[in-house]
Amino acid sequence: MKERREIIVKWMLIGISFLFFIIMLVLPLLEVIVRALADGWDSYCNAISADHTLSALKVTLIATVIALAVNTVFGLAAAWALTKFDFFGRNVLSTLIDIPFSISPVIAGLAFIMTFGRSGWMAPVLDWINQTLGTDIALVFSVPGVVLATIFVTFPFVSREIIPILYAQGSDEEEAAALMGAKGFTIFRKITFPHIKWGLLYGMILCTARAFGEFGAVYAISKTRGETFTLPLEIDALYMTGSADSITQAFAVSSLLVAMAVVILIGKNIVEYYGRKRK
Amino acid sequence: MYVEMRKICKKFGDYEAAKSIDFGIEKGKMAALLGPSGSGKTTILRILAGLEKQDSGDVIIEGRVVNDIPASKRGIGFVFQNYALFRYMTVYDNIAFGLKVQKADKHQMKERVNEMISLIGLEGLEKRYPDQLSGGQRQRVAFARAIVPNPQLLLLDEPFAAIDAKVRKELRAWLKEMIEKVGITSIFVTHDQDEAVELADDIIIINEGNLEQMGSPVSIYKHPETPFVAHFIGTSNTLDNLSGFKGFEGIEAGKKVIIRPEFVEVFKNDNQRFKNLMDATEEGIIKKIAFRGSYLELTMLVNGVLLTTTRSLERRSVSVGEKMRVLLHRVYLFDDTNAEMRAEIYKNELLKGVDIEML
Repeated sequence: MKERREIIVKWMLIGISFLFFIIMLVLPLLEVIVRALADGWDSYCNAISADHTLSALKVTLIATVIALAVNTVFGLAAAWALTKFDFFGRNVLSTLIDIPFSISPVIAGLAFIMTFGRSGWMAPVLDWINQTLGTDIALVFSVPGVVLATIFVTFPFVSREIIPILYAQGSDEEEAAALMGAKGFTIFRKITFPHIKWGLLYGMILCTARAFGEFGAVYAISKTRGETFTLPLEIDALYMTGSADSITQAFAVSSLLVAMAVVILIGKNIVEYYGRKRK
Repeated sequence: MYVEMRKICKKFGDYEAAKSIDFGIEKGKMAALLGPSGSGKTTILRILAGLEKQDSGDVIIEGRVVNDIPASKRGIGFVFQNYALFRYMTVYDNIAFGLKVQKADKHQMKERVNEMISLIGLEGLEKRYPDQLSGGQRQRVAFARAIVPNPQLLLLDEPFAAIDAKVRKELRAWLKEMIEKVGITSIFVTHDQDEAVELADDIIIINEGNLEQMGSPVSIYKHPETPFVAHFIGTSNTLDNLSGFKGFEGIEAGKKVIIRPEFVEVFKNDNQRFKNLMDATEEGIIKKIAFRGSYLELTMLVNGVLLTTTRSLERRSVSVGEKMRVLLHRVYLFDDTNAEMRAEIYKNELLKGVDIEML
């Protein structure tokens, strides 16, 4: 009697999961592909090679690469500081790292405008820098702003992946290495890095995926189509135009993001596989 | 003195891990820092190594004050409690690490590492990773890794804690032999008195950040200076008083009594060896007999208190409930209201003029 109930529960749970998965993920994604190719291959190619699309792809890639680099470095530094040192304000820092997870990205974007925009309190500082260096950097409604917003929303991924590993490892091995005369960077390279390698890579993959797809924070801070738009913004713009053609184009561009996501997913699985094997 | 600590104090917040610790160890000796967990012994070892900085006091190695010399320059080998072997390096690379970071000559390095591997008897396992080794093998690697750069002082933090009891004894003997072979001054931390007694030339007993007593295992065992040491070393019973025991009427009220099993002699009524001392004995009933391998442990009820003693298997057999004569020849006295007071020995007054060791 009990066994039969268990079997029923088992298949019910599996059924629900699959149903949910198909309705919420597979069908919509298939829809994207089908719609993208609705007007045939030629118009698909035209849509993804349009100037606006290429510009958006470029901005997305720039933002992602910079966000990835910056967050890898800062994520490592923050994770290291939080796990290896005991200092005043450690718990505060640990909580602050998670803010991008808990706060709506739109608010982050708006906060950037309020801080760095024309009437923001950082504006004079920015003006001063531009005057002194003879540059013309603008953070709001420009590519640097898009990059900053992307960095903000993807900040926690790398550090959150590494922190548990560093905690579990403790600092015995580092201490042993230091005692034998190894210097900071050697210790990191030879002792710490092999431990966190797979976690770090996994965090970087998650960071990349999020950076590709970020919409809210970027939406608030980027207003010029063909210049500062990222792929998600471009898709939104095409879709909002409302003509049958542009909607198909929106799906065509969307398929680009889907393809990138699939590549990342495969990468993530490879990393997970090797990470587990090494353990 | 080869290694010395002078008035070392260390606090972690409100917790005093070391309260003016003073001791010295001669060259070539092996010393044990012995104490219960949380007593501060590991902190003292880490201060000595330079892994922790003392609040005040001096650490002196070979006549040189090394307070401001970093851990890596103190010429110390350190074996960590869980060995802290580099998990992503092979046995060979683990042992070679110290030489590599010092940019030693490649050829000499190889020679030295191989020499170490054959010293610890792990030939053929050079390419293994730490998680492919047994606990005992890991300890051997940790030992080799610590002494490969030829340090003058070897520090070991609970070197046997991570090893199961069965292999522990064997490894103790191995480590002792190795250290004697290499001839290195060494200090190890342990909470296990058997370990300290078996391995160390000198035992330093630490309790709550205080150095309670330092001396050879025998002197610490026979002449405990503080109530803590009297308790901690050996097995003992503590009693509030000895009222009703003949020969101990002179003990001041308020003093507590520590009795070791070897202070208690138990024999049958018709015993020949102790027949002249029968007047000094009490009557006791055997409450419990425990077989301890090479001897019996008897729990006796005497004058309303329970005393523990041992009995050789070579003597006549006894049974629970049997009435025996019990001779208590001496006790330790201490006053637990006065921390300054040293523990003292009090001999049974009826045994004046009798040398119990001659019997």
